Amino acid sequence: MSEKTPPVLRESATFDRLAIQEIQRAAETGIYDIRGGGTKRKLPHFDDLLLLGASVSRYPLEGYREKCGTDVVLGNRFAKKPIHLKIPVTIAGMSFGALSANAKEALGRGATIAGTSTTTGDGGMTPEERGQSQHLVYQYLPSRYGMNPDDLRKADAIEIVLGQGAKPGGGGMLLGMKVTERVAGMRTLPIGVDQRSACRHPDWTGPDDLAIKIAEIREITDWEKPIYVKIGASRPYYDVKLAVKAGADVIVLDGMQGGTAATQEVFIEHVGIPILPAIPQAVQALQEMGMHRKVQLIVSGGIRNGADVAKAMALGADAVAIGTAALIALGDNHPRLDEELKKIGSAAGFYDDWQNGRDPAGITTQDPELSKRLDPVEGGRRLANYLRVLVLEAQTMARACGKSHLHNLDPEDLVALTVEAAAMARVPLAGTHWIPGQQY
Amino acid sequence: MKTIDLSNASVRDLNQALHDQAKHVDDREWVVTHPDGAHNLAVGVNQEVSIDIQGHAGYYCAGMNQKASVTVHGNVGVGCAENMMSGYVRVKGSASQAAGATAHGGLLVIEGDAGARCGISMKGIDIVVGGSIGHMSCFMGQAGRLVVCGDAGDALGDSLYETRIYVKGKVESLGSDCIAKEMRAEHLEELQQLLDRAGFNEKAADFKRYGSARQLYNFKVDNASAY
Repeated sequence: MSEKTPPVLRESATFDRLAIQEIQRAAETGIYDIRGGGTKRKLPHFDDLLLLGASVSRYPLEGYREKCGTDVVLGNRFAKKPIHLKIPVTIAGMSFGALSANAKEALGRGATIAGTSTTTGDGGMTPEERGQSQHLVYQYLPSRYGMNPDDLRKADAIEIVLGQGAKPGGGGMLLGMKVTERVAGMRTLPIGVDQRSACRHPDWTGPDDLAIKIAEIREITDWEKPIYVKIGASRPYYDVKLAVKAGADVIVLDGMQGGTAATQEVFIEHVGIPILPAIPQAVQALQEMGMHRKVQLIVSGGIRNGADVAKAMALGADAVAIGTAALIALGDNHPRLDEELKKIGSAAGFYDDWQNGRDPAGITTQDPELSKRLDPVEGGRRLANYLRVLVLEAQTMARACGKSHLHNLDPEDLVALTVEAAAMARVPLAGTHWIPGQQY
Repeated sequence: MKTIDLSNASVRDLNQALHDQAKHVDDREWVVTHPDGAHNLAVGVNQEVSIDIQGHAGYYCAGMNQKASVTVHGNVGVGCAENMMSGYVRVKGSASQAAGATAHGGLLVIEGDAGARCGISMKGIDIVVGGSIGHMSCFMGQAGRLVVCGDAGDALGDSLYETRIYVKGKVESLGSDCIAKEMRAEHLEELQQLLDRAGFNEKAADFKRYGSARQLYNFKVDNASAY
């Protein structure tokens, strides 16, 4: 026994390699780290819930034979022309500027094939997007970049954005490398500036003003268009109540897993709450006001598969929205790009520098050569395929729970795998009747 | 001339009648009586009509106006002519906050004073104020001209892009990246034209010009204290 035991290097749980790297990077540059995407930390999520398939006490529906409906009507509280979608999975707001024109067109094509809506973003509506989108939601943001009444009238619905899950309370940014001549022209900005977007709307403050603002937009559009209010999940119980009181037709609730084109890493990781605890709070607010299923609830932030769709709807959502997953479906982070991504300091499966415009997939870029790499027809087809899979998966699980429509899923179809998820989702811990915080 | 009396018609009736003019013009001249501070009067109009509002108006009067000429014989609430694209809005009294916010075009004339955030995020509109304006006016102003015949409050032109600001009186303070600039011949000329169009008997030579120093256009860590 002359050989010594090799030393084991112990990594600090507090100062792990990521923390050390970030301190070193900050010391070298003097500026916070900016990136795209949503939070990367592990959070209580839909994976911590399970659906209870039928057996003796409930009977299931026959797969592929007995119908499981998927359609949803959005905005029938006040709007003369509510939106009727074939599937309850919508495409979240992402701007032309953050995304290439081809990517926006592909989102419109895919959504239209699948029978759902897509959404503009900060910077206005492009003709390509309007032309390819059967149902287009026009975002009304604090910056009002590209906002004009002609496009307002062309929209099928209007979404007043108060915040987003990746950065509730924060404004937007679009770094200069993506502010090209076309993007700058649409936003009335000098070419190449680091565009800052305000975090608050310029002409109203607080919920009473919001009611007047909603009334103004309704008046301008002759009460035809559904008006959504989008909030970043932080205090959803109160925010939903105030938005409904202000006159919203639809609430869009975005959890902290929701992506962004460009925001400070520290903001993405430390502000807001996950979508899992946000949904029950929003549903409670709607139920207390007698507005559940009358004011529709669209939830987003980390939706990846049909199980997530089914679980979100079982918790009380009327529909879900996808952003990051839609970009992945178009080709973001595809393994074939691994070599190119490594050249710019990333790798397939890790790429999040959506802010710098060098995306080899041609999606989060304004570079004309890179943009050409994304064929909008092929991208649209891929997105439509993915949307179909999401819905088929959700239907499969709903039928197993004995539900003839995705909207018939309810919290009684769910249990939680962890105490935390049980408390947040307000469903029993699996194998018990215990909902922490509600029953003792 | 068409008169709509808001003591027996609704704001919805008014706006729908005005919107219908975009398809077919029934009357070029409209008069609105008994506005009594109602919100959202004459919003989203898209036709070359003149609208005379005979009294005070609430929030967002003439919001998103296109082509119309709107005169308010009184004061206006928050966001008068917000996001206006074209046309002309004249306020005979004073305006509350955020007058002309985010507007892309047209001319907004306020004969009295304007409150805080006048011209916030303006994107091409021309605003001429006969009196004074409040704090944080022209915050993130992107394009267009803001003319103030009186004084300006704190933090004028904070985070300014390319809006040109002309003030005759005292400026309480300038916001980040907003500086006094030389008044050259082309500025005197455009300012005099604006004053004349607004119907104010003022001389361009009595004003000072303010604009962006363009130091915050691209983030530099040395400027962090300015944010």
